[in-house]
Amino acid sequence: MLAFVIRRILQSCMVLLTVALLAFTMFRFVGDPVAQIVSLDTPAEEVRKVRESLGLDDPVIVQMGRYLYKAVQMDFGISYQFRQPVIQLLAERAPATLELALISSFLSLAIGIPMGVYTALRRDSLFARVFQSISLVGVSLPTFLIGILLIYLFAVTLGWLPSFGRGQVVTVSGRWSTGLLTVSGLKALILPSITLGLYQMTLIMRLVRAEMLEVLRSDHIKFARARGLTTRAIHFRHALKSTLVPVITIAGLQLGSIIAFAVITETVFQWPGMGALFLKAVQNVDIPIMAAYLMIISALFVTINMVVDLLYAFVDPRLRATIKG
Amino acid sequence: MSMQTPPAGSSPPGDSLWSRIMAHDLTYLFFRSPLTVVAAILSVAIMLAALMAPLLASMDPFDPAQVFLADANIPPVWQDGGDPRFVLGTDDQGRDLYSAILYGMRVSLVIGLSGVALAATIGITLGLVAGYVGGRVDAVIMRVADVQLTFPAILIALLVNGIVQALSKGTSRETWAFGVLILSIGLSFWVQYARTIRGSTLIEKNKDYIHAARLVGQPTPLILLRHLLPNVIGPVLVILTINLGLAIITEATLSFLGVGLPPTQPSLGTLISIGNKYLFSGDWWIVTFPGLTLAIFVLSINLIGDWLRDALNPRLQ
Amino acid sequence: MTSSAVTPPVLELRNLVVEFVNRHGTLRALDGISLSIAPGEVLGVVGESGAGKSLTGAAVIGLLEPPGRIASGEVLLAGQRIDQLPVEELRHIRGKRIGTIFQDPLTSLDPLYRVGEQLIETIRTHLPVSEQQARERAIALLAEVGIPAPEKRIDGYPHEFSGGMRQRVVIALALAAEPELIIADEPTTALDVSVQAQIIAVLKKLCRERGTAVMLITHDMGVIAETADRVAVMYAGRVIEIGPVRDVVKSPRHPYAKGLMGSIPALDERPERLLQIEGSMPRLTAIPQGCAFHPRCPHVMPRCHEARPVLEPIGAGQVACFLHEVRS
Ligand SMILES: Nc1ncnc2c1ncn2[C@@H]1O[C@H](COP(=O)(O)OP(=O)(O)OP(=O)(O)O)[C@@H](O)[C@H]1O
Ligand code: SF4
Ligand SMILES: [Mg+2]
Repeated sequence: MLAFVIRRILQSCMVLLTVALLAFTMFRFVGDPVAQIVSLDTPAEEVRKVRESLGLDDPVIVQMGRYLYKAVQMDFGISYQFRQPVIQLLAERAPATLELALISSFLSLAIGIPMGVYTALRRDSLFARVFQSISLVGVSLPTFLIGILLIYLFAVTLGWLPSFGRGQVVTVSGRWSTGLLTVSGLKALILPSITLGLYQMTLIMRLVRAEMLEVLRSDHIKFARARGLTTRAIHFRHALKSTLVPVITIAGLQLGSIIAFAVITETVFQWPGMGALFLKAVQNVDIPIMAAYLMIISALFVTINMVVDLLYAFVDPRLRATIKG
Repeated sequence: MSMQTPPAGSSPPGDSLWSRIMAHDLTYLFFRSPLTVVAAILSVAIMLAALMAPLLASMDPFDPAQVFLADANIPPVWQDGGDPRFVLGTDDQGRDLYSAILYGMRVSLVIGLSGVALAATIGITLGLVAGYVGGRVDAVIMRVADVQLTFPAILIALLVNGIVQALSKGTSRETWAFGVLILSIGLSFWVQYARTIRGSTLIEKNKDYIHAARLVGQPTPLILLRHLLPNVIGPVLVILTINLGLAIITEATLSFLGVGLPPTQPSLGTLISIGNKYLFSGDWWIVTFPGLTLAIFVLSINLIGDWLRDALNPRLQ
Repeated sequence: MTSSAVTPPVLELRNLVVEFVNRHGTLRALDGISLSIAPGEVLGVVGESGAGKSLTGAAVIGLLEPPGRIASGEVLLAGQRIDQLPVEELRHIRGKRIGTIFQDPLTSLDPLYRVGEQLIETIRTHLPVSEQQARERAIALLAEVGIPAPEKRIDGYPHEFSGGMRQRVVIALALAAEPELIIADEPTTALDVSVQAQIIAVLKKLCRERGTAVMLITHDMGVIAETADRVAVMYAGRVIEIGPVRDVVKSPRHPYAKGLMGSIPALDERPERLLQIEGSMPRLTAIPQGCAFHPRCPHVMPRCHEARPVLEPIGAGQVACFLHEVRS
């Protein structure tokens, strides 16, 4: 088990290192680190000094090492646009994105899995067909269009829910600003989390359905039928469990991509999160933020992936055995 | 239990090509699914309309000489204040929405198709090489693919976009937006092709005809292209169809986010983005009609892709 | 039919027809199967791949996969028709009165549940016993099928068992509710040659002890010769010869059965001649008129092209071939 965990951690570090290399390349060669410090009217002499003090004349490998060393300490440089440390900007916006992402993930799993199971078991029923068709509409509509549609319906026309922002937020333990504790905060969460979760939900529903149909055709289910087990035991004890084991992996990746997809939702709803910050960075060529966001997101993905792998191993006795051995 | 089912392509011998096509299982399955037929008609119609935009449109929305700001934000004809010159109304610049949609659809389609073609080319090439050469080359390609697969396509597209923008400092977006969108889509969607092709290549490369070609001394690129490719390309068809929908969504999303096509060369996404700004003032048509066109087109393509996947799956007849 | 018989056969098939309907039309996969199995009897079922052996088994337990369906004919279990029972009642018969063993023990068990959980679940589905009683019964069953240290192994997962051991577990599962009949569909084909004999021996012993009848589907004539009481030979969805194992294996009458038996060298006699049957079994879409075997038959006669021979009693068995028609 330990060997497996260590190997998995090493693998993750390799991935992170690759991404960091990419981030450094962006930071150093695509962006202009000097631009962080100086303005347009800084005299050339001054600029040269800044270059020197930043160590831009050192060998690239030294610079890379320095960049990594700082990145590990969460120092990603200064934003071109805001003239503030990147990490501070990201930290301020992280709670908004994470709360949105968590609620959307929960929604998409809590609704997507039962719908997938239902459409697989009642393949030919009217509802299953309707669900299946709706789900195709769900994956065909771009997220931003869904957001606009919801805003038009529930904010503009009906006026029930706010169309932008987080509502009233409360700061917990001095760092975390949460919208979960106020009515307006919760109301503000509804439309964005539906927008963000809908695509993932339909995706999960379709994946669960496909996986479950596959499992229902498998030999051990055939044998379970031949043993005379009740339909309920066959469907929910045997087929469902076999279906959900691989779905764990998907669900984990889902959370990761929900955080990335938040870029779109946050833009539509003017949600003050990391995604909106990243988009602004792309629009304004704010390389330090882009590089930092890339690294933070990949660190998140890699961690989630690793946890999912371990979880998978924990759930599936076959894997547990190979890992122990 | 062993099951034998007739191969998917089995068809009774016919005389003409037409009768052979009509007798084919795929054709049968196609006409048995009315939704797919409707989807096919719709998507062909939209594609044709987009390609023939200059003929069908009442004006060229890209031509500043034909656009007058005085005509801005006119509602569709059937509403109060509508203008018979602009059936679906106008946008904030005074462009006829109907014409803008036709031209915008054309832009979206060209970018989507080129992006998918680029992704397929990259993916198929790398997949063939990885599968055929194996060893370290394979390991490197597949590792890159694995890493990339953990990032959603939209994020990669945004990154590519940001990097190009940084490198092209000063030049205007009009000059490179088109190419960058294609590049972004190409670079974010290649992995699936590479994986599929690599899988089938691994199986095919040990077959006799490949051995024979190698023994005869044919150069590797020729073996890859002439012998291997035709035998592994099959499953790519479904991915192509589904990816076209995704690519068009990605283009629209990037343009909506303001990092795609500029308002002077509007794609559907750009139009929706413009319309979104006027939604609160009640000018619903600017966002609705382009949005509807986009949704119907992508939905049709996905319906076809979905049907194709089921129809080509030998396990479900 | 002699309804006055003391005990009706455990299983009787009367003119069973199974069809698949698809757009090419209706495919008749089983065409009038008639056979019976007496209590405690082992009926071997042999025939080329695709002859319809597995389909017969699936039809009996009501697990034909759509679009397959029983088009006509009857399935009787201990004299009672079961082919028209409601789904739920048929389920009570599966596992309780008819046990089933499939070919591949590696995939028959649910990999995510312990062997014991699967046994207990099966026992408690069919018998009114407590969890504890079911567990004791499960351990006893495992011991009976020859699994060492069953009280420990019962808590193992399927992947911790070897192929042979897994098939023993499958046998235990099939026997869990003391069924009257076991349908064993190629129970050893997927196994290592070295353990095949052991598995057959276990199956044979347990069924004999309990008086359980067996429908043993196999390609292995050696197993048939040693294990079966009677044999049914199938060809293109029909039974073409059925009778006591001695007769059918040693002196088959139907030309196809002759060819089939000829292809195994007998143990005690030296093989006279290895009879080869030319050609292969027709696909369902192209089953010839008349006797389905006529394109391959060395004794084909003009009438074999038109008329279809039916099973007719001859000696202790039955044969469907015009060569053996009882002339009136
Ligand atoms: N779903 C189906 N659709 C059409 N034909 C089918 C289907 N399932 C089975 N068949 C046909 O039914 C026939 C009998 O199949 P079956 O599995 O019973 O053969 P078998 O005698 O058990 O062969 P094997 O020795 O290979 O197990 C075959 O010709 C097969 O093609
Ligand atoms: S009926 Fe005719 S064709 Fe069929 S087996 Fe007998 S002799 Fe041969
Ligand atoms: Mg079989």
